[in-house]
Amino acid sequence: MEKQENLYEILMDDIRFEEGLKACMNCGVCTAICPAAEFYDYDPRKIVDTVQRRDNEEINNLLKSDTIWYCGECMSCKTRCPRGNTPGFVIMALRTLSQKLGYFTESEKGRQQFAIKRTVGDNIFKYGYCAATYAVNPDLHPEQGPVWEYILENTDEVFERLGGQLNGTGTGPLRKIPKEALDEIKKIFDVTGGTEFFELIEEHSKRKAAEMGLQFESKGIDNEYFNEVFTCNSGNHNNLESD
Amino acid sequence: MMKNEGKKRIWSDYQKEIADDHFFYVRSCIRQSFFPGSEQFFLNLMRKVLGKDVYEDPAHTTCTGIGYHSDIVPAATIMTVVARHFALMKEAGYKNLAVSCVTSFGLYTEILETWKHFPAELEKTREYLFKATGREFDIPENVAHTSDIVYSFRDQIAAKAKIKLVNSITGEPLKIVEHIGCHYSKMFPKSGIGGAEFPHVLSGMIDAWGGEVIDYPERRHCCGFGFRQYLVQANRGYSLSNTVKKFNSMKPYKPDMILANCPGCTMFMDKWQYTAKELEGITFGEKGESIPVLTYEELAGLVLGMNPWDLGLQYHMVQSEPLLRKLGVEINASDKYKTKDGKQMPVPQNLINV
Repeated sequence: MEKQENLYEILMDDIRFEEGLKACMNCGVCTAICPAAEFYDYDPRKIVDTVQRRDNEEINNLLKSDTIWYCGECMSCKTRCPRGNTPGFVIMALRTLSQKLGYFTESEKGRQQFAIKRTVGDNIFKYGYCAATYAVNPDLHPEQGPVWEYILENTDEVFERLGGQLNGTGTGPLRKIPKEALDEIKKIFDVTGGTEFFELIEEHSKRKAAEMGLQFESKGIDNEYFNEVFTCNSGNHNNLESD
Repeated sequence: MMKNEGKKRIWSDYQKEIADDHFFYVRSCIRQSFFPGSEQFFLNLMRKVLGKDVYEDPAHTTCTGIGYHSDIVPAATIMTVVARHFALMKEAGYKNLAVSCVTSFGLYTEILETWKHFPAELEKTREYLFKATGREFDIPENVAHTSDIVYSFRDQIAAKAKIKLVNSITGEPLKIVEHIGCHYSKMFPKSGIGGAEFPHVLSGMIDAWGGEVIDYPERRHCCGFGFRQYLVQANRGYSLSNTVKKFNSMKPYKPDMILANCPGCTMFMDKWQYTAKELEGITFGEKGESIPVLTYEELAGLVLGMNPWDLGLQYHMVQSEPLLRKLGVEINASDKYKTKDGKQMPVPQNLINV
């Protein structure tokens, strides 16, 4: 990196980092309990140890790696740590910094942030929900099975019988969020840096798409770059001992 | 050996105060999308069966929790979105928050703890919210997950029960796996009934309604959601593998059903059984069947004698007929896929346990 900023100090500005890393004694209980470590080549103990050493180059490498993207944020590590650390919070701070610096596009798993922004992120502004029945596309979610295709074909009837309020006004399951409320959410994102963060993900992803020679569109999921980051799995991530 | 008083004192740390009435209700994106019948039945249970006051505001939105835990939503943003919910609650004159989603519940807990440890963040959030919306908020007096609330009324529900969680053929209690969403109490154990090690929120319902709770080695293992690990197709091996690990561990105990308090966990444990069967031909129930996975609202509804098709059990991938037969619930097959007005709908094909 050009300016050699002190990455540990930048991380300390994130309250989750301050709260998540007190003093690690390297016992490895977090790794023992970790669902990600079970199947990925992943060891939260090593990550905490790396950042604790404050070695700028090592932190820099972490921010560009697949490693920080393996955690599922179940936070099982929080319960078990005998020193009150939360490796999951440390990961969240590392992921945030990786995106702020644009390093996330350097790894296969990091690049996936673009797919999450274009699905969950766009849902928030469009519908006021992170997820909604009509936004769970069976082409992207074959694991939802035939019942899901059925529900999407018969959404009105299904919701009506179960007391839903699909796209209706007032209260009830899956009601339409009023425009004023959507506007307030957008304004909150504008004021708190959420919109800027979305734009950063977009900007760095666009640059990476050009570098990879993949088609990129300014909206939606119908483009080569989305398809690449949403589906690409090099197969180099697994913990081979898990079998 | 620990003295009994000591045990009681430790256990008392993990009890929690749950408000008795007058709730401000905040919905879950996942529960209302996948289990709308459960979302609605909670309100019917509270208002019509238990006579409680529960208020819902149409302007309440997502908490953005799935975005936060997949790392696209900054901490300052989610804190302010949550503060807006607190503002709606203040404006409506409520002080007790009832949270339907476990991800949201974990976040409310995390944010309230953060504000205690970092008061400057609370002040910053107040400024952000006022600047963005002109609203002001108070900290809730009581925050409970909706499963906490159902737990607190479990004995009243048992007193009105039409059926017990007993196998009507053998007379034995049904063997039930309970699964607690990770963010219910793993982050802040004292926010959950019984903490992270011995959460009693679902086992208390099962006990009160006549069933038997199964203990098994991976009882506290995550369902496998993992936020980005499910949201992105390339990562779903993580999600499925963790679910299969859990199901392999419970299989020898022959559960009759699984009860979950997190909307996401309920959906994944249902859908991944389908996927595992499709991909590998494996099933985890008895006689090659799969294990029905129910929300606690659905189970409370069955116990109270509700029609399973008004609760939405027909819209799970794993169908509940094996469980309903054991419970002795009358199964009206012709009513299963009807509209509210009684018109016949198409019948979905290739569901499990049919």
